[in-house]
Amino acid sequence: MTQYEPVIGLEIHAELITASKMFCGCSADYASAPEPNTNICPVCTGLPGALPVANKKAVELAALVALALNCSINKHNTFARKNYYYPDLPKGYQISQYELPIAEKGWLEVHSGSSSGAASAAYRDPSRVRVRRVHIEEDTAKLFHEKNYALVDFNRAGVPLLEIVSEPDMHSAEAALDYATKVRAILRYLGVNTGDMEKGVLRFEANVSVRPAGSDELRTRTEIKNLNSFRALTRAIAYEIERQIQIYESGGTVIQETLGWDDLRGVTTSQRSKEEAHDYRYFPEPDLPPLQFSDAWIESIRSQLPELPEAKTARFISDFGLTPSEARFLISERALADYFEKVAAAAKSPARTVHSWIAGELMRYLNDSGMSIEDMTLSPASFARLIDMTTDKVISSNSAKVVFNEMLASGGDPEQIVKEKNLAQVSDENEIQAIVEKILNDNPAEVEKYLAGKETLLQWFMGQVARATKGKADPNVAKELLVKSLEERRK
Amino acid sequence: MQLHTLTIQEAHQLLVTKQVSSVELTQAFLQRIREIDPKIKAYVTVSEELALEQARKADERIAKGENVTPLTGIPFSIKDCISTRGVRTTCSSKILENYIPQYNATVTDKLAQAGAVLLGKTNMDEFGMGSSCENSAFFNTHNPWNLDHVPGGSSGGSAAAMSASLAAFTIGEDTGGSVRMPAGFCGVTGIKPTYGRVSRYGLIALASSFDCIGPMTRDACDCATVLEHIAGHDPLDSTTYQSPISNYTQNINKPIKGMKLGIPKEYFVAGMEAGVETALQEAIRACEKLGMEIHEVSLSHTKYALPVYYLLLFAEASANLARMDGTRFGLSVSEGAKDVIDIYLQTRREGFGDEVKRRIMLGAYALSAGYYDAYYLKAQKVRTLLRRDFEAAFSKVDILLAPTSPTTAFKLGEKTSNPLEMYLSDIYVVATNPAGVPAIALPCGFSKDMPVGMQLIGKHLDEQTLFQVAHAYQQVTDWHKRNPKIS
Repeated sequence: MTQYEPVIGLEIHAELITASKMFCGCSADYASAPEPNTNICPVCTGLPGALPVANKKAVELAALVALALNCSINKHNTFARKNYYYPDLPKGYQISQYELPIAEKGWLEVHSGSSSGAASAAYRDPSRVRVRRVHIEEDTAKLFHEKNYALVDFNRAGVPLLEIVSEPDMHSAEAALDYATKVRAILRYLGVNTGDMEKGVLRFEANVSVRPAGSDELRTRTEIKNLNSFRALTRAIAYEIERQIQIYESGGTVIQETLGWDDLRGVTTSQRSKEEAHDYRYFPEPDLPPLQFSDAWIESIRSQLPELPEAKTARFISDFGLTPSEARFLISERALADYFEKVAAAAKSPARTVHSWIAGELMRYLNDSGMSIEDMTLSPASFARLIDMTTDKVISSNSAKVVFNEMLASGGDPEQIVKEKNLAQVSDENEIQAIVEKILNDNPAEVEKYLAGKETLLQWFMGQVARATKGKADPNVAKELLVKSLEERRK
Repeated sequence: MQLHTLTIQEAHQLLVTKQVSSVELTQAFLQRIREIDPKIKAYVTVSEELALEQARKADERIAKGENVTPLTGIPFSIKDCISTRGVRTTCSSKILENYIPQYNATVTDKLAQAGAVLLGKTNMDEFGMGSSCENSAFFNTHNPWNLDHVPGGSSGGSAAAMSASLAAFTIGEDTGGSVRMPAGFCGVTGIKPTYGRVSRYGLIALASSFDCIGPMTRDACDCATVLEHIAGHDPLDSTTYQSPISNYTQNINKPIKGMKLGIPKEYFVAGMEAGVETALQEAIRACEKLGMEIHEVSLSHTKYALPVYYLLLFAEASANLARMDGTRFGLSVSEGAKDVIDIYLQTRREGFGDEVKRRIMLGAYALSAGYYDAYYLKAQKVRTLLRRDFEAAFSKVDILLAPTSPTTAFKLGEKTSNPLEMYLSDIYVVATNPAGVPAIALPCGFSKDMPVGMQLIGKHLDEQTLFQVAHAYQQVTDWHKRNPKIS
């Protein structure tokens, strides 16, 4: 059987977070609109005679994203009309960009994406996915399909939308997922998109073809529309790769068509063939003059770029001695990375200890409470002192968890809580020795079993010590003394 | 005193000296519309109630002496492609027959703020597609000089209303001569300003990169007064110029002696009606007598103006009219429809006239994959050449003089069976729109008892010179003072 190599390109549609819509003054926050068709005006409902005016902020955000994706900005770029009829498109054309988009020729480093599923371990082997173009357009209205009719809500119509088109540089569903994840992280880092795919603010389309491994040809591709989750993206691509391989293996030919993804059945379905494809009859939008940027303007946008996920990961590894996977976990959200940095800066403990606390206790707390890191009230300084108290063995790790929960519940100071709850760790050997002696004396049967060879009972004795001291005994000291006392009884 | 034949200036004097009220003036026009318009058919909608209400408010303003402008209390009409809140705006199309805008065009707003009184909406070729007003879906408008003749188009209703004294001024719209050509046919003064000088917000688009709103009036002075009130930057129209507008009226008497007047030789060729040519030659001599230097110039790409203009217009119009889909406003033919596509098809089939359908199809074709480069893109390149023609001419002269059409107003029905011949009647007025330059049309004589029009074409944003020359010419001629006897 021939070995096949998948060839995948992605189109990513991302709404931009702006106060007003792309071409009018209506609020772009359609999710908060009290009712359908409340954030609307003659422009975004396409009334006769209404004219668009480009949203300056959206243009700035688009340029910011383009620079983050290593694109070159077109200093002269133009809007175009994309003509087609659909009830969610009030003007009968979408204002988009065509011949001269705002930016072109970018790239993003992603994992090599061999189809073996080794992508996650491939951090040291980056390769580039080229970004063909980034362009600005407007979102459509929302349709609500009823049995014999459909309703249109124009609150979303005209919301700024960015389209990010990659070259067909990905060769596995995992690589596509990695690229999509990275783009999402960048959008979130820039604060231009929440990344909330369930709400449709970020949507994917995948172009998929397969070719014999080692060949350079580009075979007929299919386009899978409306992939609204990472799971759908990877499943649909994987399915489509397999489907096309089966076609070639059975001697058939793949036809160029637009496909939908049926998430329930887990299959791609034909929507329209090449013959039925739209001719969008693009032409320059006469209602909007070209956008003209100066070098100074581009530089002022560039200066607003924050440290991006890739650079931050590298820095966390080199500056904090974290492993790649630890660093990647922390940078997955900008607020989490920022929080980590603040705690790490305030703490005397090693950064990896800070990471363990964040990845462990803090994440458990956030998951349990359904809160996000942005809602975090625990100050990095207090958190750092708590971590340092465990490192300095002032309190045991068990006590630390109690203090941590108390700090979150009442917002108290860690030292104060330790004092009030009498949680200071007992490291005094004499004090612990007395407790150990008492436990061994009270449990002769267990001592005998231990001495007879059932050494796993050591954990049980440790538990008894912890119980007797309410978790305050330094476990290392307790263990040492237990072993010593038990061995003495062997004599 | 005949109130309906007053110029804006004259009416303004009467109003501010309280010799006449705006309500009286408005009622005089409403009365005249009732009497005369059944013969002319210039109006699609008469907004009597609104007019009287605005007139009362204007009278209050005048009584208090607050915020009185030269247009306060002056009754006007507006072409039916310009949005008027609460007053139906049809574009003389069945598809918008019952469409009542929720908002005012910027021009409508500006005139309302100035205190002008809206009498109603004037007939036009459907969506501006035509040169005779015969493409109105509702009725033909008649030329007040001879009711068997067309008023020109597409702003034929505005021109006829002005000529028949059915308003003190009217607002037209010029995509490729639609103000100037009917102004010439009806013997009135009308300007197509520089593209981007007047906001298009609320103007139902024909060809977005050509469309210009412009006033039609009794004389150049009135025209200057109205343009002053409607021109200027509009934050709602990105294609409007930021530059300030000059005080056209105040500067209108500035001398024109020594100015260079260019006569484009491509505009004086065989095929022109003899009486038209004679009138034009006399107008040139009059300008010479006023002290202007006459120079022959060449606009060498003129022969391409018509195809370039129409091709780009078809393309832009095909997209501009896409929103007329029967789902949100206007006509909706959903009976028997299986799906939304059926609603689109049925609505547009019933709602659009033949000429509109023809142009949408031609435009969609010119933009379609495989033809775009040969048609749309090529036309855009030639458009640049047309613009350069004017730039080159204006490096030698200050202003150009040309006819508005090769003939006087033709008869109703004469050209309806031949669209190409109809397109050719725009031959002298289309080139300015792809180039974006301003041009004013004014009457310059008669041929076979019908008015002859000439146009003065100016540099970008130099409406001022157009007004000065037109005004100087009207100081020594009286063509603009002649009124038709409507039988």
